[in-house]
Amino acid sequence: MSQAEDIESVDEDGVIESVSGPVVTATDLDARMNDVVYVGDEGLMGEVIEIEGNLTTIQVYEETSGVGPGEPVENTGEPLSVDLGPGMLDSIYDGVQRPLDVLEDKMGTAFLDRGVDAPGIDLEKQWEFEPEVEEGDEVEPGDVVGIVPETVTIDHKVMVPPDYEGGEVTAVESGEFTVEETVVELSSGEDIQMRQEWPVREARPAGNKETPTEPLVTGQRVQDGLFPLAKGGTAAIPGPFGSGKTVTQQQLAKWSDADIVVYIGCGERGNEMTEVIEDFPELPDPQTGNPLMARTCLIANTSNMPVAARESCIYTGITIAEYYRDMGYDVALMADSTSRWAEAMREISSRLEEMPGEEGYPAYLAAALSEFYERAGKFQLINGDEGSISVVGAVSPPGGDFSEPVTQNTLRIVKTFWALDADLAERRHFPSINWNESYSLYKDQLDPWWTDEIADDWAEVRQWAVDTLDEEDELQEIVQLVGKDALPEDQQLTLEVARYLREAWLQQNALHDVDTYCEPEKTYRMLTAIKTFNDEAFDALEAGVPVDEIQDVDAAPRLNRMGTSEDWEEFIEEIENDLEEQLRALY
Amino acid sequence: MKEYQTITEISGPLVFAEVDEPVGYDEIVEIETPQGETLRGQVLESSEGIVSIQVFEGTGGIDRNASVRFLGETMKMPVTEDLLGRVLDGSGNPIDDGPEIVPDKRQDIVGEAINPYSREYPEEFIQTGVSAIDGMNTLVRGQKLPIFSGSGLPHNELALQIARQATVPEEEEGEGDGSEFAVIFGAMGITQEEANEFMDDFERTGALERSVVFMNLADDPAVERQVTPRLALTTAEYLAFEKDYHVLVILTDMTNYCEALREIGAAREEVPGRRGYPGYMYTDLAQLYERAGRIEGKDGSVTQIPILTMPGDDDTHPIPDLTGYITEGQIMMDRDLNSQGIEPPINVLPSLSRLMDDGIGEGLTREDHGDVSDQMYAAYAEGEDLRDLVNIVGREALSERDNKFLDFADRFEAEFVQQGYDTNRDIDETLELGWDLLSTLPKEELNRIDEDLIEEHYREDALEADADEGEEAVQAD
Repeated sequence: MSQAEDIESVDEDGVIESVSGPVVTATDLDARMNDVVYVGDEGLMGEVIEIEGNLTTIQVYEETSGVGPGEPVENTGEPLSVDLGPGMLDSIYDGVQRPLDVLEDKMGTAFLDRGVDAPGIDLEKQWEFEPEVEEGDEVEPGDVVGIVPETVTIDHKVMVPPDYEGGEVTAVESGEFTVEETVVELSSGEDIQMRQEWPVREARPAGNKETPTEPLVTGQRVQDGLFPLAKGGTAAIPGPFGSGKTVTQQQLAKWSDADIVVYIGCGERGNEMTEVIEDFPELPDPQTGNPLMARTCLIANTSNMPVAARESCIYTGITIAEYYRDMGYDVALMADSTSRWAEAMREISSRLEEMPGEEGYPAYLAAALSEFYERAGKFQLINGDEGSISVVGAVSPPGGDFSEPVTQNTLRIVKTFWALDADLAERRHFPSINWNESYSLYKDQLDPWWTDEIADDWAEVRQWAVDTLDEEDELQEIVQLVGKDALPEDQQLTLEVARYLREAWLQQNALHDVDTYCEPEKTYRMLTAIKTFNDEAFDALEAGVPVDEIQDVDAAPRLNRMGTSEDWEEFIEEIENDLEEQLRALY
Repeated sequence: MKEYQTITEISGPLVFAEVDEPVGYDEIVEIETPQGETLRGQVLESSEGIVSIQVFEGTGGIDRNASVRFLGETMKMPVTEDLLGRVLDGSGNPIDDGPEIVPDKRQDIVGEAINPYSREYPEEFIQTGVSAIDGMNTLVRGQKLPIFSGSGLPHNELALQIARQATVPEEEEGEGDGSEFAVIFGAMGITQEEANEFMDDFERTGALERSVVFMNLADDPAVERQVTPRLALTTAEYLAFEKDYHVLVILTDMTNYCEALREIGAAREEVPGRRGYPGYMYTDLAQLYERAGRIEGKDGSVTQIPILTMPGDDDTHPIPDLTGYITEGQIMMDRDLNSQGIEPPINVLPSLSRLMDDGIGEGLTREDHGDVSDQMYAAYAEGEDLRDLVNIVGREALSERDNKFLDFADRFEAEFVQQGYDTNRDIDETLELGWDLLSTLPKEELNRIDEDLIEEHYREDALEADADEGEEAVQAD
């Protein structure tokens, strides 16, 4: 193609001026910030990120090899948006909400080709729409006008889009429709379809944020028991490579008691996403027994996929989460990993030659992180209902050093901190959540729930466990110097009890069919069983029984089998009886 | 194709030239020096009127009168099955005096990302015959498992041993899918001596026939190292996904690759990230490592074993650090074990294979594999901890239990990890060896293993024999 031809055919909005990796500049492009544009002869998708005089800078979501100056740039005039409607669950998207299964079909190859676009939800498919309003009803933005059974688990609620005016319902349809057909008409002249669009960088409107009081039950003992997360809360999981971040995230996605799970694989491994895609349809949802995928939306932008789409995948995910929140659901969003997202921002920023902040990250890193986490919360919705988004972000600090900018800026925002520890992982203590470093600021506001639902003495028993672990930590320092046998007998016994707390209670085998999920009742009972051992053992010690004999009772090692036992109620009761019997027999 | 004599600036590996028609990003460029030499390069940045070109063979000999030709396409690798058995230089030209290579097709070397939806999850166990890997950090087909090593450690011996011994057990019994095994060897900046070592071994064992070798040596241009692994992986993808081979790609040394990346970044005056490496190094490395895998509906697979030497043995250095975040685990070489003469000196504690859990167990390796490996990890870690204590208080001050763990750690290194570079242990041998060692610990201490499995495999006599010995020793005192 010659240059002369190009100049004549500038009914296109703009012309490429330069190309450097994912950053393209164009001249004569009439665009607003964040508009989506199609770049080059192949029509690669991009977004406007800077405007300077006649020069517009675009980040391109696809590989730019072979694209050169002179090629056209076409503006869509729309900001980067997601399609919202039935069909998002049980789907897998890339960072700009293109369904990966549809792309495979369209491209006819296992490799991701360029310049292929596909809508986020199927526009052809017919859905069964059941109206919830009648002619003459007054509706306002956010109000539910009908129900669509989206999956076996989830009823999709069709709402009046938040940017509508609302008014009297003048016509209502019922039956099978595609997402683009009008199902409800309003007196304001507005038509409602099952599909809405929403720009990803803008939070969907909601009412006041409330203080969360209900835990997001994760089925993981160390998290539920010691460092709980609330429904509507935020948590960070930082850890060096190999410490089990991804397994921890996946455990949460599998077992937490949210209605909807949005799982974002942001700049991580392809094989990991494949594992999720293969496993989730097979696994049952712990609440309903239906396939786990029926409540899950996956977003996969692996590390080798274009870096600009990695930057946007976090926004795509949280916008989808907000849409389900607006239906009144409790949504849990896992982002693995936010460090890769921050690095994508850094990469784009350095190509723009912006002045770097700490460690080369852009100066707006902290703002971007807090803006993202602030979209979590328990909300009073605009339709008067309640819904929540809980956000769990994995962080991958370089060299496992928590003092780096992404970890530090994240810690300033989140209220639950699950610190993963390479030492624990090395000795295969999983989940490798370090109990000395981690914390949860939700503990106190969630205690009433535990007291009401599980046991009156929950707070005391948990405090006993924390104290014992703390004491062990101090004693270990002495043991490192003088050896265990030099300690007084009561301290030796504390160490023994703490060992059971670590091995029998904190450790949990994600690969074991039974142990992978531990209901709150079992978490509590296992803890009280260890406390029983503690109390009986100290009674025996006081009565003069040597600590060696106490340690040797053969009921004690059976505590380690509590997690994997299916009939745990009986099993634990039996252990407690045996412990009591055997220890009392010693004096 | 237009020719320009418009070079305006030459700086390090970069050449800037003025152009009057658009040039595509990443396009291939040929530069002819006045001496008649042709050098190849790639467009790094293309703007109206000027392009910056990165020259693979180095900019030596180029002056402002050199002519620049843009080939109008991005870099391609001519691929064919006939490449097997051939030795190529770092830019893909044959250097073995063999016949000319007639390509089947020419494939873009910047591989497109595999659609995560189209991948097949890797779960086929590869038996390397190395206990520390098979037993504790199992490798599976389609995995990327790097060796983290240091200068002067025998990582090359280990890589060669794996290349020689790797099999999938079913294949031996003739139940395999009929796919053949191929090795692609991509050398970046290794010394001539190291290269000879590899080539001698390949020739000695006849492995060369089923290998393609790409050689960029230490004195070859650094910029070429950017292309070498991409050529190797493009060849690997072709053999795996079009010709159904099971391909093992060995890339050494990734540290040299990253140095080259830094050199180019510096020449372009980019804003540097950690320790001067470019901010996009994670993405760049991912584009190499993520080319390992399996694809649904294809018989072949690409398995990668990149080797890198950690500067200062520091695994938090950006190169090993970013690698570890992308790859599915790592095999860690250890200087202390090496000086003790352990071959291979693999420290299993910081080593990891993320795909292990899905590649082992009943029907794949053995039912007890997972539990045995967990238990050995835990016991070895405990033994290691106790070693620190022994240094302070002496062995006598420790309890009988602790002494058993100390003995376990010693024997684990001396018998399980130690095996030599020519010993090939099958998975049964490895696991039985594991049980031999675990049986020196009291049964109740084996809390990671299912009780039924303990019943089945625990050697009751081992402990008593040990105890007898102990008593005799005491009596002898």
